[in-house]
Amino acid sequence: MYFDLIIAGFGGQGVMFIGNLLAHAAMLEDRKVTYMPVYGVEMRGGTANCTIVVSDEDIGSPNITNPIVSIVMNKPSLVKFGPRVKEDGLLLVNSSLIKPDEVEVKGPEIMMVPSIELAAEAGNDRLANMIFLGVLLGKTEVVSLETLKQALIETSGSTNEELLAINTRAIERGAAFGRTGS
Amino acid sequence: MEKKRKKALVKGNEAVAMGAIEAGCRFYFGYPITPQNEIPEYMSAHLPEVGGTFIQAESEIASINMLLGACSTGARAMTSSSSPGISLKQEGLSYMAGSEIPGVVVNMSRSGPGLGGISPSQGDYFQATRGGGHGDYRVLVLAPDSVQECYDLTMLAFDMSDKYTNPVLVLGDAMLGQMKEPLEFKKYQPKKFEKKWALTGAKGRKAQFLKSLYLDDGELTVHNWNLFAKYKRMKEDIRYEALFLDEARLVVVAFGSMARVLKSSVKMAQDEGLKVGLIRPITLFPYPAEFIRETSLQVKNFLAMELNTGQMVEDVRLSVEPGTQVDFFGLPPGSLPAPDVFLKEIKKVYPE
Repeated sequence: MYFDLIIAGFGGQGVMFIGNLLAHAAMLEDRKVTYMPVYGVEMRGGTANCTIVVSDEDIGSPNITNPIVSIVMNKPSLVKFGPRVKEDGLLLVNSSLIKPDEVEVKGPEIMMVPSIELAAEAGNDRLANMIFLGVLLGKTEVVSLETLKQALIETSGSTNEELLAINTRAIERGAAFGRTGS
Repeated sequence: MEKKRKKALVKGNEAVAMGAIEAGCRFYFGYPITPQNEIPEYMSAHLPEVGGTFIQAESEIASINMLLGACSTGARAMTSSSSPGISLKQEGLSYMAGSEIPGVVVNMSRSGPGLGGISPSQGDYFQATRGGGHGDYRVLVLAPDSVQECYDLTMLAFDMSDKYTNPVLVLGDAMLGQMKEPLEFKKYQPKKFEKKWALTGAKGRKAQFLKSLYLDDGELTVHNWNLFAKYKRMKEDIRYEALFLDEARLVVVAFGSMARVLKSSVKMAQDEGLKVGLIRPITLFPYPAEFIRETSLQVKNFLAMELNTGQMVEDVRLSVEPGTQVDFFGLPPGSLPAPDVFLKEIKKVYPE
């Protein structure tokens, strides 16, 4: 098993948070995993991205030029990472902020995800990042939903039932969207 | 607390700090600088839990001299910084080497010269392996290429430092410091180091002192030869990793983050039927020169690859048998190295 992914957006969208969460879940499933955050002089409103590699074998490079999957949460990320996704890969686009005609990427499967609207449906429109994590689980089998929930409890360090429940609902809403496209 | 688990997803920087505490480090002195701030952050939170002391000093120069002081009592102590901060510590390192005082220094290097930037770079290779400060001395240098090694090699650094009563440098970079991987905790196996030289108060024994000043006729010559003999003895602790050397027609030599990325490139080359091996020096000083020389009896083409414009390549050229072709590919700081870029460079010099 080998899987890699680049998640990108602007600072504050929770790109690093879901990358870390996914990496943690992969560890709980006893996979090898690397999580490589790219930060610079960026901050809230700047650009942020991270690369996650999951494998059953030892991982060489934690940095990937052409990922199998990319999640792009804003337009600059689409421009930068969209064209880099493998031809037979998957590009998940935040259609809450990016119009379909702005997506000029050829090759990979493209899925437009109205993440903010779906997050609002799940109970909080700020959970767009969790929607994407859910969609990823609906489209691939990189980790199980159960493990991801466990990872959420461990990484958030939170015992706030309500907070965990609403995040879980967002992941599940995303997963349903990933499976059915609606 | 994450430590109760057997495994945790942590950054390289955190792994360094965890390894240090596990190895018995009880004093940390440092001054903040990106990209190594998770080390002091972790130390400040967790050293007090084990009865240790964390001091955020007023400067890097203060930190290295506090390290000198703490270690001269026989305690295990550490400082960490990043390139420009490590430059400031060189005077202290020279005094520690001259006075034969152990101590662990971590350089999660950034890019230079000057303030440079915070991206990964291997521009500090010369400084790390040639002593760095003034005088004819060396520090033992360990270069991890994973989060696990950040932990393991930091623990080893304390043992090496006590074994040779000499500073040991752990050299990583922004990539290793910031990336996260599952870390398996290991119990440190304490080794016995007699520290008769330690300044512990002269009650019941003769007074003694540690110094690097030798003014009597011939004294300094003897001292330097003794240090030289010690640096030669360090060769028994040379470490390296070798991959795919059987039948190799080209051997890539790289260390640290560069070697980590190249593990993918070399694998890609193997998948395409190219016989490319990899040697990754883990001790940068002492350098695995003899192993590279032996390898060059079988393989005539070497390629040194670094995140700089050519530093370690000199050690490769000094190591190989005459007549060996040593090519170089360097990537100055500014972008993250990616495996496909390096594969192209490997193909350019792969012998027909």
